[in-house]
Amino acid sequence: MAYVAVKGGERAIDNAHAWLADARRGDPDLPALTLAQIEQQLGRAVDRVMAEGALHDRRLAALALMQAQGDVTEAAFLLRAYRTTLPRFAAGEPLDTAAMHLRRRVSAIYKDLPGGQMLGPTTDYTHRLLDFALPTASPAPAARRTGEPKPMPRIGDILGAEGLMEPDAADPGSSGDLTREPLAFPAARDVRLQALARADEGFLLGLGYSTQRGYGNTHPFVGEIRVGETAVEIIPPELGFPISIGDITLTECQMVTQFRGSKTTPPQFTRGYGLAFGHSERRAMAMSLLDRSLRAAELGEDVVAPAQDVEFVLSHCDSIEATGFVEHLKLPHYVDFQSELETIRRMRADAMRGALTEAEAAE
Amino acid sequence: MAVLARASAGEIEARLADGPELPPHVRLRGPETGMVMVRGRAGGSGAPFNLGEMTVTRCAVRLESGTIGHAYVAGTDVKQAELAAVLDAALQDGGRQAGLQQAVIAPLAALQAARRADEAAKAAATSVEFFTMATMRGG
Amino acid sequence: MSLDLPGFADPVAQAQGCFRAVLNALSRPGRLCEAGAGLTPPTPLDAATGAVLLTLLDGDTTLWLDAACGAAREWLAFHTGAPVCAAPADADFLLCRDLPDLAGVQAGSDEAPEDGATVILQVPALGRGRAMRLFGPGLRDPAELRVDGLPAGFASSWQANHARFPLGVDLILCAGTRLAALPRSVAVESL
Repeated sequence: MAYVAVKGGERAIDNAHAWLADARRGDPDLPALTLAQIEQQLGRAVDRVMAEGALHDRRLAALALMQAQGDVTEAAFLLRAYRTTLPRFAAGEPLDTAAMHLRRRVSAIYKDLPGGQMLGPTTDYTHRLLDFALPTASPAPAARRTGEPKPMPRIGDILGAEGLMEPDAADPGSSGDLTREPLAFPAARDVRLQALARADEGFLLGLGYSTQRGYGNTHPFVGEIRVGETAVEIIPPELGFPISIGDITLTECQMVTQFRGSKTTPPQFTRGYGLAFGHSERRAMAMSLLDRSLRAAELGEDVVAPAQDVEFVLSHCDSIEATGFVEHLKLPHYVDFQSELETIRRMRADAMRGALTEAEAAE
Repeated sequence: MAVLARASAGEIEARLADGPELPPHVRLRGPETGMVMVRGRAGGSGAPFNLGEMTVTRCAVRLESGTIGHAYVAGTDVKQAELAAVLDAALQDGGRQAGLQQAVIAPLAALQAARRADEAAKAAATSVEFFTMATMRGG
Repeated sequence: MSLDLPGFADPVAQAQGCFRAVLNALSRPGRLCEAGAGLTPPTPLDAATGAVLLTLLDGDTTLWLDAACGAAREWLAFHTGAPVCAAPADADFLLCRDLPDLAGVQAGSDEAPEDGATVILQVPALGRGRAMRLFGPGLRDPAELRVDGLPAGFASSWQANHARFPLGVDLILCAGTRLAALPRSVAVESL
């Protein structure tokens, strides 16, 4: 739910919009941004807008960012609004992330896992020193190239082969869809993953962090992070066989957590899973922490922390819902407030009278 | 279909400019833009879940011969979708197939393979080569 | 094979135009409206029938067709993506040439009366044939509608449907490039 309705003050609104357009454009003597520039040079912002807008389209996300002056929440809102105008043609076949064309693959649990560690275009080892030469630098030095990567099986499949990883839960046959059915509780893992995939990155990050600081007892390891391109396939009914409609960049995170076992289950590792549009490592990692912490109840762990509370997390994780509700407070509440004023005045008058009476009694 | 889905309208047109002419067609459906729900799997290999949607543009055309061509391409490019649908139909025609395959599909596929190999080579260059200093455990 | 017949040439404008026609027909029960001119749906569908279906159906609406309309199934699936269901009781939209038993069609619930189904009935002609008088919202004075192709007991079965309001079934009648509609809120008396 997001509030956009405004009534009255039409001329003021028109003038505000005109000024907004000026402010968005900035100094007209400067060259205007192009969508291709945003798409390519602000790619991480584009990725975040696609994830929170829950619509993968780099060009539309770039347009949304341009229109929103770089405000990613506003841009995601624009994308969500736009998607309501489009029909849904099909559901994709479930992605095969094992077949991803990898750009990056790292694991924090095995140094020498099959295929090895491959850093990709990462900021992890940069010194976070502002590069004052960047704005004036000529084209950056070309990336170096050597041979081709080795095959890189997923960590879950490696641990699974040893029997140390929990087996996958049975496929219930159909998955919940938040774009069709509003969120309801209890929410199964498929719905939770969908909600987390489009959740506000800051919210995911803060709550993911809380699980590591003792609010929810997990001790996670990054089993694997992989970034790369995966083909999306659909089966159009008129064809009846799968066709590939293109590739999308995805970031996948497998978070591995020890599980002590229960009466029915031997000790083993459990998974938290994160998957995000684009190169969005922080999002995928935080999502996998929360996916795991939200499984507390089903794994028989005590639910004691906010990050383990499905209703708390899912009800507040969506940036568009959250911004709608918080920002609606600036809309006219004149009538509400008038009644508050009257109440406060009456209470103050009562309190004053009470104080006077007490003072009189004391005399 | 996979090759045409990954080629821009400009790339397809550039190949067609040097290749055989496309036959005339009528539009049966679209080109029109909609969405596909992208689905992941919990844990990478478990039960499917809905990750989010992506834009897709589709088109279906009919040639004079009656052959029908279909295309679904990621993104919102209606021109790409229509070209891909016409090519899909024309490629079913034995008389045209070899020529179009050679002039359009093969070069586009080669271009895409080269791009992919280039990305892979950049990725491979960032592979970590660990030096074994001393083993933690003996032996 | 009916795949080789196109849908709307200009989907947005034509679907909006047809939607307006359906809206007018439902708001003014009995009024004859034009829809589907230029559309060439597969046999046995008339232009108005095809246009209404292209306008109202999509991948999220279920459709049931009677045997007489079976030949249009492939074309409808191709252009609308609507899943076809086996039982009339499961359908959001029903396409037929013979009026189905309205009591056996989704009528919605008190919580969600909008779940009541819409029956799209193709008839031989509108504006001639059996006459009926309509009363209800949208009609200052009773309207008269003539339909060729409704069964003899129609008025009484419609009245049973109308009596369930706000639950019930809505009916869109199509013939050629014309349509008329009976929303569940309208009462019918045969003449």
